[in-house]
Amino acid sequence: MLSPVNISMDSLNLITLAPMLIPIFGALLILVVDLFKREQDKSLYVMLSLLILVIDFASLLESAGLFEKSGTMMGMFDVMLIDGLAILSQFIIVCASILFIPLALTHKRFHEFSYPEFFALFLFMIAGFQFMVATDNLILIFIGLETASLALYTLIAMHNRDKSFEAAVKYFTMGALAAGFFSFGSMIFYALTGSVEINQIATVLSANNYADIGFVLVGVVFLLASFGFKLSMVPFHTWTPDVYEGSSAALAGYMSIVPKIAAFVVAMRLFEFLIHSGVAWLEVILYIGVVMTMTMANIWALVQTDVKRMLAYSSISHAGFVMAAILIGTTQSNSALFFYWILFSFTNLGSFSMLWISRQKNLPAHQQSDHSYDKFAGMIKTSPVAASIMALFMLSLAGLPPFALFWGKMYMISSAITGGYTVLALIMALNSAIAGYYYLKLIVYMFMKEPVVGYDGEVLVANATLPLKTIIGIAAIGTIFAFLAVNQLLEFVTVLVYNSGY
Amino acid sequence: MIDHILSILIFFPALAAALGFVVNKDSMRAYGVAVATIEFVLALWLWLAFDSSVSGMQFMETIALVPTFGINYIVGVDGISLFIIILAAFFTMIGIASLTDTKDIKNMIITLLFLQMTMVGVFVALDAMVFYVFWELSLVPMLYIIGAWGGPLRIYASVKFFLYTFAGSLVMLVGMLFMAYFYYQATGQWSFAILDWYRLILPESFQLWLFAAFFIGFAIKVPMFPFHTWLPYAHGQAPTIGSVILAAILLKMGTYAFIRFSLPLFPDASVFFMYPIAVLAIIMIIYTAMVAYAQKDIKQLVAYSSVSHMGVIILGTFALNVEGISGSIFLMIAHGVVSGALFLLVGVIYDRRHTKLMSEFGGLANVMPRYATIFGIMMMASVGMPLTINFVGEFLSLLGFYQQSHILTLLAGVAIIVGAIYMLAAYKKMFFGEVTKEENRNLLDVNKRELIALVPLVAITIWLGVYPKPILGPINTSVESIVELMHEKSITEEAKSRIPTVSKEIRISRTSVREVH
Repeated sequence: MLSPVNISMDSLNLITLAPMLIPIFGALLILVVDLFKREQDKSLYVMLSLLILVIDFASLLESAGLFEKSGTMMGMFDVMLIDGLAILSQFIIVCASILFIPLALTHKRFHEFSYPEFFALFLFMIAGFQFMVATDNLILIFIGLETASLALYTLIAMHNRDKSFEAAVKYFTMGALAAGFFSFGSMIFYALTGSVEINQIATVLSANNYADIGFVLVGVVFLLASFGFKLSMVPFHTWTPDVYEGSSAALAGYMSIVPKIAAFVVAMRLFEFLIHSGVAWLEVILYIGVVMTMTMANIWALVQTDVKRMLAYSSISHAGFVMAAILIGTTQSNSALFFYWILFSFTNLGSFSMLWISRQKNLPAHQQSDHSYDKFAGMIKTSPVAASIMALFMLSLAGLPPFALFWGKMYMISSAITGGYTVLALIMALNSAIAGYYYLKLIVYMFMKEPVVGYDGEVLVANATLPLKTIIGIAAIGTIFAFLAVNQLLEFVTVLVYNSGY
Repeated sequence: MIDHILSILIFFPALAAALGFVVNKDSMRAYGVAVATIEFVLALWLWLAFDSSVSGMQFMETIALVPTFGINYIVGVDGISLFIIILAAFFTMIGIASLTDTKDIKNMIITLLFLQMTMVGVFVALDAMVFYVFWELSLVPMLYIIGAWGGPLRIYASVKFFLYTFAGSLVMLVGMLFMAYFYYQATGQWSFAILDWYRLILPESFQLWLFAAFFIGFAIKVPMFPFHTWLPYAHGQAPTIGSVILAAILLKMGTYAFIRFSLPLFPDASVFFMYPIAVLAIIMIIYTAMVAYAQKDIKQLVAYSSVSHMGVIILGTFALNVEGISGSIFLMIAHGVVSGALFLLVGVIYDRRHTKLMSEFGGLANVMPRYATIFGIMMMASVGMPLTINFVGEFLSLLGFYQQSHILTLLAGVAIIVGAIYMLAAYKKMFFGEVTKEENRNLLDVNKRELIALVPLVAITIWLGVYPKPILGPINTSVESIVELMHEKSITEEAKSRIPTVSKEIRISRTSVREVH
């Protein structure tokens, strides 16, 4: 006999679900609008998505306020977990999305933005990422991950180029493999502990003092590989440059920020207790992974001939740099992770947007790829403002003070020192020096070379419209004047991270 | 207004540079000269208002920047930095005034004004992070000057310059973060303020590591042997104005940072590394002098001789007593004046003949008598002839180091004298004898614009060579307090004995100043 389920609505704590439900309803709304009136202009969908994201942002502010009052919240049968990490990462996800979505309003027409499905999928993806970070239940993480990833594969393919299909299929295959690894790892932990909740797993494992260490290790290996794919850690990074090259520059910039912060949060929840559990070699493996990711990606980036591929490798390297925070695992380093990523999202989205406004529909004969270095030669002569802004983003990515990313780098290296990882701190510093070279290479092309003959620089800002310029302007101002906001940001991040017990 | 003079000195050129985008291209030079003159007058006003009997920091300003992490905008000036700031303002002024017709002159002047902001910023910053910000930021305008206006190999030279210095300073950044962490451990508070750090006494082993980390950053900037390889390229490819600023001011950042950071923060490590660094400095003096002798290009020769003299500055700094350090600071200024002037002079001849090869010249003394005279005076100053500015600094530096090691000082002294050979040989090749090339017969002598830049430099060279007191006085006062601090802070026996207390020193230094007269 089944007894009727009897739960009070209060115990569900539905407010924890609100930030995820908003984009889902928004996506459905866009589809409904399309049902009633076909062939609408893309600007309608862009603005609708923007509005929905703004509402989402407001609801996040609401949950941040609740968190400040009552601490970590659980909801929906204790599946949802709203703590500082969840709030911070959702802020990053939603803000980056708000900055991304106006980039659809290009001057030239691009295929994908004429479909309302693009925007619906985009909002579903955001909901997926939000679920992923706001839970410590491995199954919900998996569902969030898959929702987001499947939507993202489609978004890439909608760019409708040969390379985009290749990229989407490649990403899909790798993603499927990662999903398999993730479910396998989760299964092993479930078998060991009888729970799919990360804190339960941690409690049980430490209670029996890691008795089945062999199985723990197998589970960890699978999870590590799965996150290696998602975070594009070396040696699981091979898909990244191809996928970035195949997708539109705007989407590539988005992909370098949002999916990764979601994966970072889950990795932080998972590995935080595992690294410091005395399973010594996990620390070693992660150490090697971090160093390899930073260094190898930097070295590959040196030899690229296409700016977008260079930025792809550079974002791998940045991810490795940030992964160090999880290895170090102190409050300072975990705060540094969010701090870094907020500053990084400004700068990186800005630099990818600069590529986006120079996107042509057809390749001229003398140019090998969409964004080859030659294209930017002598840019200071043809479009000086754009060149200066691009140089600004490059210098910031290289970690030159006082631009945004310098503060992130400084705080991250400092956290390595405070955490006792002196050698790692030195490696991080020297990697920034290597990275300086390829960022400088673009500056050299823009400022010190002569423009290609018969080339008026029009193409470098071909796609520019007011919304795009606004987004780039916001990113540039954020990059230059970051030092004014560093203090508040640092305090805000540290409080949230500290209060969630990381 | 005088209370905020340092901030004004930093940000006035930056503001002027930003406004400069609006100024018409044809009026840009006048705008640049006007701005740089105002800046120079402000710097002179700072000197006037400066109280030379006070050894500590003056005109200090503090603005909270990232108080959570102990980063604050703190600036201040003492006898050590005062004259380098004035020198920076002075060289930017005459540099812009003597600019010959360059392409994109507007971009050049805007870049120079930004560069001036970073230069002043480095020398007045009293917070390690603010120092680091300006230190790194100074690379960008210089990169652009070399890369956009340089010679055929300009891109290689500029990128090498940037990456070399960037890599070194990142290691230094790790050192700074470490230092702040030690301060945090000792006091429970983050702080990057240098004056706070001065109060921290570190165990010797930490001092050695941190000294090494800072050393890499500074030594590349100086540049010390064996990190000097970027400099000849940078000088060789840079336009005249770039070389002048680089030699006169930017290189001084490294030696200044040694005195501001390394010595007072790590006195025991300074003593520990004194001999190795002195040996490096002497290798630098001798080796680069020999390389200079082998040069065919007059600009490369001046570049290598400039590195050679930087060795003497390092030697004086690591004498770790008042004479040596005062002498090295004085020599920084002297070296700035003299090598700046020499690069300007090379620029004069390059503008006329578009070659820098010495073999292309000969007998120029007949064709360009005024040019030959000025060049002669500056060359004499460069080889350290008494009654010129360089002599005072070199003498004091060597005198200081003589108290640490007789033999090494002897070696360095001999090397300096031998160093005169390449200068004299170059002068002979270029100026004496018959006019060998037809093209040289009708060269114009220095014109009015060039004289405006060169005559003040000659005047300073002789004035301070004869009567160095007005500069040496304030320097001495501040250096005494630093040496005193080092003596108190040092923990090992050896350091205590190597770094003398000042009470005895004052007497010696006074006599030494008198000797110089």
